[in-house]
Amino acid sequence: MESKLRELLSDAELLGFYEQMVLSREFEESCAEQYTKGHITGFLHLYSGQEAVAVGTTAGLQKEDYILSAYRDHAQAIVRGADPNRVMAELFGKATGICKGKGGSMHLFDPKLNFMGGYAIVAGQFPIAVGLAFAAKLKQEERIVTCFFGDGSMNQGNFHEALNWSRVWDLPVLYICENNFYGIGTVVQRASALPALHRRTCGYDIPSEKVDGMDVIAVYEAVKRAAAWIRERQRPYFIEAVTYRFRGHSMADPATYRSSAEQEIWRSRDPIPNFAKRLIDEGITDQAALDEIDARCTARVEEAVRFAEESPWPEDSAVWEDIYV
Amino acid sequence: MSEMTYRDALNLALKEEMRRDPRVITFGEDVALYEGSFKVTRGLLAEFGEDRVRDSPISENTIAGVAIGAAMGGMRPVAELMTINFALLAMDQLINHMAKVRYMFGGQVFLPMVVRMPSGGGSQLAAQHSQSLETYFMHCPGMRIAYPATPADAKGLLKTAIRDDNPVVFIEHEILYNSKGEVPEDPEFLVPFGVCNVMREGTDVTIVGYGRMAVLSLMAAAELEKEGISCEVIDLRTLNPLDEATFLKSAARTGRAVVVEECWRTAGLGADIACRIFENCFDRLLAPVKRVSGLDVPMPYSRKLEKLCIPSVAGIVEAVREVMAASY
Ligand SMILES: Cc1ncc(C[n+]2csc(CCOP(=O)(O)OP(=O)(O)O)c2C)c(N)n1
Ligand SMILES: [Mg+2]
Repeated sequence: MESKLRELLSDAELLGFYEQMVLSREFEESCAEQYTKGHITGFLHLYSGQEAVAVGTTAGLQKEDYILSAYRDHAQAIVRGADPNRVMAELFGKATGICKGKGGSMHLFDPKLNFMGGYAIVAGQFPIAVGLAFAAKLKQEERIVTCFFGDGSMNQGNFHEALNWSRVWDLPVLYICENNFYGIGTVVQRASALPALHRRTCGYDIPSEKVDGMDVIAVYEAVKRAAAWIRERQRPYFIEAVTYRFRGHSMADPATYRSSAEQEIWRSRDPIPNFAKRLIDEGITDQAALDEIDARCTARVEEAVRFAEESPWPEDSAVWEDIYV
Repeated sequence: MSEMTYRDALNLALKEEMRRDPRVITFGEDVALYEGSFKVTRGLLAEFGEDRVRDSPISENTIAGVAIGAAMGGMRPVAELMTINFALLAMDQLINHMAKVRYMFGGQVFLPMVVRMPSGGGSQLAAQHSQSLETYFMHCPGMRIAYPATPADAKGLLKTAIRDDNPVVFIEHEILYNSKGEVPEDPEFLVPFGVCNVMREGTDVTIVGYGRMAVLSLMAAAELEKEGISCEVIDLRTLNPLDEATFLKSAARTGRAVVVEECWRTAGLGADIACRIFENCFDRLLAPVKRVSGLDVPMPYSRKLEKLCIPSVAGIVEAVREVMAASY
């Protein structure tokens, strides 16, 4: 059978997408367990269901491109290359964490990966993304800035001011809206005058498109195209990835505002088994090979938990460090 | 009297005031269908309907501004900001507008509005979600600020806030929501603004706190009693108006004072309270006033570090011991 996927990507790349999605899912489900055990505290917002967006987007970018996100940021950081051990240690509040235990779940950051932070103030990342793009442009760098955000954040002034600014100054920003239809318990139609979110950019003359956020290949292709367009024209672009979070807003949210019928429909669109089926149908791999990947991811996450458990707590003196240069 | 949580006492206050006055309305992020992220607005949508209980977009500055406009237009809005941290996005409407409108328009208008906001640290929510910003508001004239410490005060102060014709910033402590206490059932039970609550009488030292800090101070006083130190614990209840008279009289009588604040120490409200005590009671003080404060750092996530940043019972006990041992 001829494979459409093979026209786009090598087998190794395709299996890599699968592995990254599985690793993300395993990581999140393990976080839920560690939260229940009391090892992870505070707010914990899991990404389960949305993996195709992080994986497809990251694959469509160059390594030097900046990425910013909100508080639902574990998968985005790990897919970008963050060490799962150090991310898990951060969630445990340990000294070996990616931010020395100071940031926690909502505030991952790794400048070596050009992962420029998870921000917990809704829409706080927009102006910063524009500033990074401004710096890149002034320095005549090739890179673009990718800013992840949720549907709910588009009702903040920060969003509108940043979009307008990035077009007035023509800055290389790729806006990736993860429309999972809810901002906590408020469904998008009840918060956005125009629920077709990608159409909201016309007021800023920023081109946009909508993509199936449960399809890693669709996201990848859209981002790759958009990134090339931005790099060439040095102008902002907007992608709405339609997706769904399988869990509540955070671990504290029982998510009773979503019908089980709605959840079932979206569960049937789970990006991982659907992509697995496609890989098998197109003859790229078989179930046994996928099972092996699954087992590898499980082991990888178990190692991360072990690392986090065995890591030391920060010294008390650390509380005074890192405030000023 | 019936025993209830701080959360339920706030909820009861909202319900009673909404029943009493049809002009009382409430809105904010997830307050209606979701019944509030801390469930303070539970049952309001069912009882009062969508016109009076509404979910807003995530737009804090506009939540505050719409409350101002609605108040100007004859309603008595109670807006909810999901937490005090997000009030920073609303500072333009709160400080530049809400606190100024009446004065700059020569007293021709008043704003009978309340902006509720949960506050405080201690739940490992890290730097952007654990702030204690009460001083930011207290610094600015033109608004009332209430901060209940007990379930009874939660009810009585919120009812007073809703009936007050001034704009009121109403701060609730996230960790106190589940705390329990006796609350009067009387729908006319009000706690007046500008009157401290002397939570415990004592003769050796005055401890001044507010919100959760008053609760911790009370616990510290119980510990200190075992050592034979008699503490008078004063809860400010409202930061504006500030009932100076009560804590000054107390400090003048005991001759020693400790001020407990959850906010950062530098230029925090504790410095203001301590200064008032020094200014007014200097000749009666037996020892310098001491402050117990939040550490001057952004809040770290790690619970091991977070603990160091927030005043504790042990920290208050220690400060009182030091004040008792000190002299001029
Ligand atoms: C300024 C601000 N307001 C409110 C909140 C509380 N809050 C956290 S997440 C959230 C919903 C955001 O929804 P969305 O942007 O769709 O992202 P999702 O959680 O769906 O990924 C809200 C209201 C916040 N963190 N910051
Ligand atoms: Mg959303």
